Amino acid sequence: MTSMTVLRIISPGVLSLIQDQGRFAMGALGLTQGGPLDLHSFRWANALVANPVNSTLIEHSVGGLTLQAVANCVIAVTGAELALTLNGKAVQCWQALALKAGDEIALGMCSRGLRAYIAVAGGIAAPAQFGSSATVMREGIGGLQQNGQKLTAGAELALATKANSHINTSKAPVAAAIRQRTLPGATPLQLRLIEGYQAALFSATARAQFYLHTYQVSPQFDRMGYKLSGPAIRCSTSQLLSEGISYGAVQIPPDGQPIVLLNDRQTLGGYPKIGNVLSLDCWALAQASSGTQLNFSPITAADAHNATHLAAARLQREYQHYGISPTVLDTL
Amino acid sequence: MSEINLNRSDLLVGGLSAADYHLQIAGENAYILYLTTQQISPGAALHIQTAMQLLQPLVGSVLVELLPSYASLLITFNPLQHSHLTLRPLLVKALAKPAAKLATSTAKCVELPVWYSEQDDLDLVRVAKATGLSVAEVIALHSQCSYQVYAIGFAPGFAYLGELPAALALPRLSTPRAKVPAGAVAIADRQTAVYPAASPGGWHLLGLCPVPMFNAKQQPAMPMAVGDQVNFVPITAREYSLLGGLV
Repeated sequence: MTSMTVLRIISPGVLSLIQDQGRFAMGALGLTQGGPLDLHSFRWANALVANPVNSTLIEHSVGGLTLQAVANCVIAVTGAELALTLNGKAVQCWQALALKAGDEIALGMCSRGLRAYIAVAGGIAAPAQFGSSATVMREGIGGLQQNGQKLTAGAELALATKANSHINTSKAPVAAAIRQRTLPGATPLQLRLIEGYQAALFSATARAQFYLHTYQVSPQFDRMGYKLSGPAIRCSTSQLLSEGISYGAVQIPPDGQPIVLLNDRQTLGGYPKIGNVLSLDCWALAQASSGTQLNFSPITAADAHNATHLAAARLQREYQHYGISPTVLDTL
Repeated sequence: MSEINLNRSDLLVGGLSAADYHLQIAGENAYILYLTTQQISPGAALHIQTAMQLLQPLVGSVLVELLPSYASLLITFNPLQHSHLTLRPLLVKALAKPAAKLATSTAKCVELPVWYSEQDDLDLVRVAKATGLSVAEVIALHSQCSYQVYAIGFAPGFAYLGELPAALALPRLSTPRAKVPAGAVAIADRQTAVYPAASPGGWHLLGLCPVPMFNAKQQPAMPMAVGDQVNFVPITAREYSLLGGLV
């Protein structure tokens, strides 16, 4: 453990949060998962600077974050498309960037997507609380000060461990297919849904409607969940005993407008749920903002299983292609 | 469903039978176990506790997390290591195991001191009026029975306790309070709870508890877990402040 400060926040922009992969198995205390909304971009940010998979970094939403290097360090910015500048000169996201002490790195507003991930080689030092550094503002848990607070101007970030010395900073950004995998495109976002929970309480007509219609992301979206707007879906029951809510659950409250529950979701809830959005598609949903159009399509649990395994295998291949050491890989 | 009403010692001799529950998919990485009878009852809570203890040995190796509630148990796994198809038989087998040694070894009995206060920013006097009881009767009813922790959620450390005596059952406030103080002991319907932190809330407030319900800096962070028994013990204002309660 070193405690050398490497970066200072000049401006946190709209919302900058300390995150690792998340806080797992703490639901019995009422603690939610937290962690990166877009796990794909989170993984790549850490991989590009040769960090272990669960290294702590900054999740930045919407835009406006400015950082100053206090010491020489290597960073990578992934996720949403935005104008990135180093001392005022345009530089590219999705590659390792060497910073010298005094350098200023600024993120413009997100022009496509909503969440950017800023990793520093060695990872950010943030003490784990209940097994994770993930910031959950609603709970007052996690983050630099272990109080759930977002990053503010003047905050100093130290390295968790010594940076890996084998980072190639002269590479070009990774392929567009990787950069854009979770970013909104020209066509409606496709959300694969594994039916489950109370799916049987929705009539065949209600389910057909749900898959047939195009929904929009409403203005009510945050790290807890994304409320959608579109034709109302009816369920034969409106209230159940509260039960555990898993990642990606699609809850249908009495107004019939679906809510996709994400990282900071409440641990228990009593609204009927039609199923869960596949994690890979939740990451893309979390890059969408108000007005984004989307469709749901049903997949079986076996299809979901295949899709997650194919994505994991593809990630391994891509890491290999970019010379990312397999020693920093993990299965989760 | 008849099993739900069996007494505690009867339930301890076996695991869960196939008629007691079913497993439903809850996303690519989870099953949710539903008891056949979906109701809030001590019997249902005991069934969930039994399921928890039977599955606990699989946590860490096969399962990631068990998240209990009133009549369900969310069972999470790592989808890169297991699938619904391979997991189901493991779960069914584990749940069918005799649970003779379950006993109540892990269940604790927790005593929580409460300053039942007639101050106007709480609802003790209003609850007495609404239920047609005296303040002393409200306090006696609330503190003379033992409650079970049915579920923990809503906020870190928020434990749903039941069952509140029927004589005290009131619907939630029509307009929730913007700020319920930390430590507020509250009732709604047939349940009672202690607010772990200041938050909005729609329950009726009877008093204040000086014991923190959630302390992130302590191990364990909560004085209780799902399945534990809780008793409320009336204390005076002076005892409340001596115990560290904030007025």
